[in-house]
Amino acid sequence: MVLDLQNISFKYGNVNAIQEITAHFNPGELVSLVGPNGAGKTTLLKLISGTLKPSSGKIYIYDQLSHNLTNKKRAVWISMVPQNPKLPDEISIPDFVMLGRNPHLGLLQWESKKDFDIARKSMSLTEIDYLSKRKLGEISGGERQRTMLALAITQESPIMLLDEPTSNLDISHQIKVIKLIRKIHEQKSGFGVTILAIHDLNIAAQFSDRILLFSKGSIAADGTPEEVLTKNNIESIYGSEVTIITHPEHGTPVIIS
Amino acid sequence: MKSTTNTNGQDLVLPYKYPWNKITIGIIIIFICAVIGVAVGSVYIPVTSVFLILFSKLNLFNGSIELTPAWHTIIWNIRFPRVVLALLVGASLGISGATYQGLFKNPLADPYLIGVASGASLGATIVFLSGIPFTYGYFSLLPIASFCGGIVAVFIAYLISIKSSNTHLSTLLLAGLAIGAFATAITGILMLRSDPDLRPLLSWLMGGFIRAQWSHSILIMPYMIIGVSFILGYSRILNTMQLEEYYAESLGVNTEKTKRILIVSATLVTAAAVSFSGLIGFVGLIAPHIIRLLWGTDYRTLLPLSGIVGAAFLILADLTARTIVNPIELPVGIITALVGSPFFVYVLLKTKGSTVDGS
Repeated sequence: MVLDLQNISFKYGNVNAIQEITAHFNPGELVSLVGPNGAGKTTLLKLISGTLKPSSGKIYIYDQLSHNLTNKKRAVWISMVPQNPKLPDEISIPDFVMLGRNPHLGLLQWESKKDFDIARKSMSLTEIDYLSKRKLGEISGGERQRTMLALAITQESPIMLLDEPTSNLDISHQIKVIKLIRKIHEQKSGFGVTILAIHDLNIAAQFSDRILLFSKGSIAADGTPEEVLTKNNIESIYGSEVTIITHPEHGTPVIIS
Repeated sequence: MKSTTNTNGQDLVLPYKYPWNKITIGIIIIFICAVIGVAVGSVYIPVTSVFLILFSKLNLFNGSIELTPAWHTIIWNIRFPRVVLALLVGASLGISGATYQGLFKNPLADPYLIGVASGASLGATIVFLSGIPFTYGYFSLLPIASFCGGIVAVFIAYLISIKSSNTHLSTLLLAGLAIGAFATAITGILMLRSDPDLRPLLSWLMGGFIRAQWSHSILIMPYMIIGVSFILGYSRILNTMQLEEYYAESLGVNTEKTKRILIVSATLVTAAAVSFSGLIGFVGLIAPHIIRLLWGTDYRTLLPLSGIVGAAFLILADLTARTIVNPIELPVGIITALVGSPFFVYVLLKTKGSTVDGS
């Protein structure tokens, strides 16, 4: 098993952000975490990435207890695209993407031709080659998202976590980025696990293999988009009436209010 | 990585190349500055004589030297040790300034401005005034005491800046200002309560190389070499530290360990510089910014070249300090402050509204 969460809980002060979640992730799955604001999606991603430590419970990555892994080992296995991080304006796009090779380099080792080819390939995959001469402070929100994605691809880790990768993007960039994520996932030919926290239920329905629906720090439903995104589930958790129709081309559920 | 444009007008991205040629040119520039520094002064000594004496001391030249004993003394016992100490101190301040800036993600961090130098000079003053002998052959307690004072100061400044709810870049500087003022006050109290003949201590505190000796350079070398080696070794990791901490950790960086090693190393280097030259401000601010403007923010390039610019700058600043109001010698800190303060304002205005801050 790639990723195994056993009974994990997490508290911010006295607030239970995550309550006894157990979940398993298998190779090849693209999983969306959905749910209302504050349901625990981002917190769960941070627990998996090691940014936060669970108050109780255990996280296994490739059968190894995450708690015992060094940051370096974890970074070889897991890459992360955070939501709206503060980025240093003066760093050039290629230099930033190249930072993704860090987990593969020793302290005194510098990037080789191979590392640099990997970075260049992820830049062309995310179609940001034309940003080669720009700095992080000089690009748009969509370009920023694709640049962070390029860094994560450069990391070449089998597990990729993305926190609201489509937030703050207009509709054309949303689709572009999410299709890219799907493409990257499929290039790992069945080995990779991609987990994204996402607001937009329709995007989640269209592009995910599996959806975890969060409510108040727990998983309320877990399954395929059709199994999870039912009228009942959504109305009870989001508290507003919806209609579910079927997407005319993809056959996936579409939620309209 | 560097990018260039090929003949088809497409952007090509090239792998990072260590700036050996820039370093070589830099070393040549330092050498030229050093020769000028030795030749020029209240007594002008021809450059040829400077080379003659240098070559004979290096056993490269066996002929008889026709120099007056006075010139020999001026060159070898007064000016050379002074220029070499200025070189080492300038390089130390340039490199440690760039390191603090990278660590604190604060372009205004300078060993002097964040209180490290004041803390270090308090440490040195305590040893100075305690009456215990502090030099034993090629070992001296001064750099050690400076290091202890400096490390306490930097940790307090750092703790204040992360505990403060206001994470703006000014917090670290204000904390540094407070700590610097406090350390300077304590230094003042200690001086007033001690031996009346304070001239050596006073001139030392003003910052400068008036009393520079060969032994000073030899005494601070080991600390510099150790500190600079660690800093250069971590230069690639320092690039990843420009991201927010959790992001750097997700790229496999042990941020706590990196911070500890780099703070200790930069403070060791600063302390070595302060222990024989006193308080000299702004070198650690000016040098890295010139490099940033010219060649970007990769710390593998920035760190060694900041050392080179710092060294050349301080040799020339010291030359100016001892020649500009002949026959009076100004403390070199006055010259660096004259150049550095406008520079500080420039950097401050340039980074205003930038997302880079002390958080």
